[in-house]
Amino acid sequence: CVLRTPKACFWSTASGGLIIQSVSNDVYQNLAVEDWIHDHMDLEKQQVLFLWRNSPAVVIGRHQNPWQECNLRLLRQKNIKLARRRSGGGTVYHDLGNINLTFFTTRKKYERMENLKLIVKALKALRPQLDVQVTDRYDILLDRQYKISGTAAKLGRTSAYHHCTLLCNADKSVLSSVLKSPYKGLKSNATPSVPASVKNLFEEDPSLTSEILLDAIAKEYAVQHQIDHHITLINPVDETLLPGISNKTKELQTWEWVYGKTPKFSISTCLNMAYKDSVIDVKVNMDVKHGRIEVCNIDLPEQWLPPGQYNELVKSLTGSKFCPNEITTLVTTLLRVCPQDNELHSRWSLLCENMIRLM
Amino acid sequence: VCIHRVRSCSSIRFIKSKYVCVFDKSALKFSHQQRLFRTSAVSCGQIVQFKLSDIGEGITEVTVKEWYVKEGDSVSQFDSICEVQSDKASVTITSRYDGIIRKLHYSIDDIAFVGKPLVDIEIDASKGVASEEDVVETPPMSHEEHTHQEIKGHKTLATPAVRRLAMENNIKLSEIVGTGKDNRILKEDILNYLAKQTGAILPPSPKAEIVPPARKTEAVPAAPKDKARKIPVPVSRPIAFSGKDRAEPVTGFQKAMVKTMSAALKIPHFGYSDEVDLTQLVQLREELKPVAEMRGVKLSFMPFFIKAASLGLLQYPILNASLDENCQNVTYKASHNIGVAMDTEQGLIVPNVKNVQVCSVFDIAVELNRLQSLGSAGQLGTSDLTGGTFTLSNIGTIGGTYAKPVILPPEVAIGALGKIQVLPRFNGKGEVFKAQIMNVSWSADHRIIDGATMARFSNLWKSYLENPASMLLDLK
Repeated sequence: CVLRTPKACFWSTASGGLIIQSVSNDVYQNLAVEDWIHDHMDLEKQQVLFLWRNSPAVVIGRHQNPWQECNLRLLRQKNIKLARRRSGGGTVYHDLGNINLTFFTTRKKYERMENLKLIVKALKALRPQLDVQVTDRYDILLDRQYKISGTAAKLGRTSAYHHCTLLCNADKSVLSSVLKSPYKGLKSNATPSVPASVKNLFEEDPSLTSEILLDAIAKEYAVQHQIDHHITLINPVDETLLPGISNKTKELQTWEWVYGKTPKFSISTCLNMAYKDSVIDVKVNMDVKHGRIEVCNIDLPEQWLPPGQYNELVKSLTGSKFCPNEITTLVTTLLRVCPQDNELHSRWSLLCENMIRLM
Repeated sequence: VCIHRVRSCSSIRFIKSKYVCVFDKSALKFSHQQRLFRTSAVSCGQIVQFKLSDIGEGITEVTVKEWYVKEGDSVSQFDSICEVQSDKASVTITSRYDGIIRKLHYSIDDIAFVGKPLVDIEIDASKGVASEEDVVETPPMSHEEHTHQEIKGHKTLATPAVRRLAMENNIKLSEIVGTGKDNRILKEDILNYLAKQTGAILPPSPKAEIVPPARKTEAVPAAPKDKARKIPVPVSRPIAFSGKDRAEPVTGFQKAMVKTMSAALKIPHFGYSDEVDLTQLVQLREELKPVAEMRGVKLSFMPFFIKAASLGLLQYPILNASLDENCQNVTYKASHNIGVAMDTEQGLIVPNVKNVQVCSVFDIAVELNRLQSLGSAGQLGTSDLTGGTFTLSNIGTIGGTYAKPVILPPEVAIGALGKIQVLPRFNGKGEVFKAQIMNVSWSADHRIIDGATMARFSNLWKSYLENPASMLLDLK
């Protein structure tokens, strides 16, 4: 048995490969499975192919900035989840029309090109007329121009994984709207995504479904690893099979991981606030580190807010999470201890609402 | 074993490094190690330049994205040192040595080169340096079989400190299931194993093989006539508790709550509680629930409580007022913006339903639904959270009967509703019947509100709820 679990488990097989598929569509649960396999499985004798699909979610790379990469406002409105994966690379949109493939190997056997060529081989075997090829950026292009797959990888001490997407029948309009950031004035060294035109395989050939594609790729993997074409289903909430998985799932959902791991960035922008019959330009400069406001400068016209209240606001914002919900509850609670003056209250609310829009 | 490289130092310095203690009693067992007793690791450690190893795919340079350690931190073999990125691959670099970080060669976003030094680590020179391959062997500290084990062809991973703990407690590392990375045995695993040994009540089974890890043999009582293996008496051994206090700065919303509650403290509160018989209201709600559902709205008891409160405020408007900072003026608010305390992940949030005085019970239910779904999604807006004039807190949904709620400035009153309980009560004929009873606890600002006002308001509110038909008469 390759795992030190007290009872004999299905992981131990004599073969050189294992194909597993998740029964869950929860992006966090599925990412947790990747973590688990990476941390706990001995891949020396047995490589693993993991197949998974997610309900609508945006997945950013390990070192990316979600504010820079996607329209967080729209995500919240549409109830689309945001996840940060542990591998590098850029931002992708997942829905059930997109399939994810993860190739687990030992660190020494880490070889992305081979994996992508396997996928192309499987696609061509399925539909020989498909014009699909791998680029040197590890993308797969359809008709030489449309990206149908993006790649990312994670390397640890002894094991590694390479995962990629494959667009079967994803919602392209949602994809393009969520992956467009409305936030201006951001400056950061976070890994930027490279936008590309995308197309679904379904558009090229309507007879292709996610199931057919998953099956074809699994078949090719089985052939190349000389194993049975058998896909084992796993449930990412099975703590007996995957001890410790629920903690991994929880960690991936924490604010500290999703937002707090954003590399330090700064915002330099101007709020144009319409107040009574004039427009007030307010320059805002903020530094955000670990997802929290480290430095906050708001350039208001003199005395527009009483200095006491202004200082209170800036002091409270400093150290707070750069999060609209946190700031909303913070500023509305603070308002309770401000002088009860309608003018002051409306100015305070106006300024705060504009600040919150930045998040 | 590199022990011979260490000079014995006469100065005994207490260092934070946990590896110093390894040179303790265990060292005395070996004659050739006796010279090293209480060696100061700081002055005698060797600085090793840990080079960035090959990433694969012919990659020669990477970007440093995050440091997990800083200069001065102590690291164990296999601990993560940093995260680097190259061409869509994120790589976790782990330490090959036990020691102390002395220098980081790169800052965040710098380009690091494969084969060039990444960090300088000062290693305790008595420790072996792990070889290039991923072999996990560390030099045996003892002739006894505990420390260096081979189980089914796998070598056990455990830091020297963990091995020592196992050895001290006569535990075979092969008995322990490691829960750390790569099945590494962690200190917690040893402690859990120990806890099970000394605290567990073992079933009387002849197959029980567990030998108590007692240092003193008298701990095992042996009845001479009993042939079956006796259940070992648990030896109480002080288990090292490794929990640590954790300090966190008070920021953001919490900071604001500190301010608000400190201000609330300045308000002289008085409390007034009563019991409300909701038997009739429970029945009414049962009848109306499906009607509301047909309109797509969930109907709870709150809309009734809120509307009744507003009707009460029409008669006692001072409860819907605000006292200015200097206590010079009382402002009677025209709108009844009744706040509903909500428990969210962040803590206590109080959105309010605006202008209840012109809303029907159904309108209030609709608005509550909207606020509740926004609240649980963490998407309440500033207008939802400001402008409240009076608050109700339904703590009963979580539990409790009586409470002493704290007034939320700039308001002057608040009500806490306990849970609804089925209790026996006497009716007009002296018969016992099943009543649905809820307790309400009011707090009010005694500077401008007196007990009588609060009591009368409460009685009116209570009468509306105990006899819902009476609400119809006064509905606006």
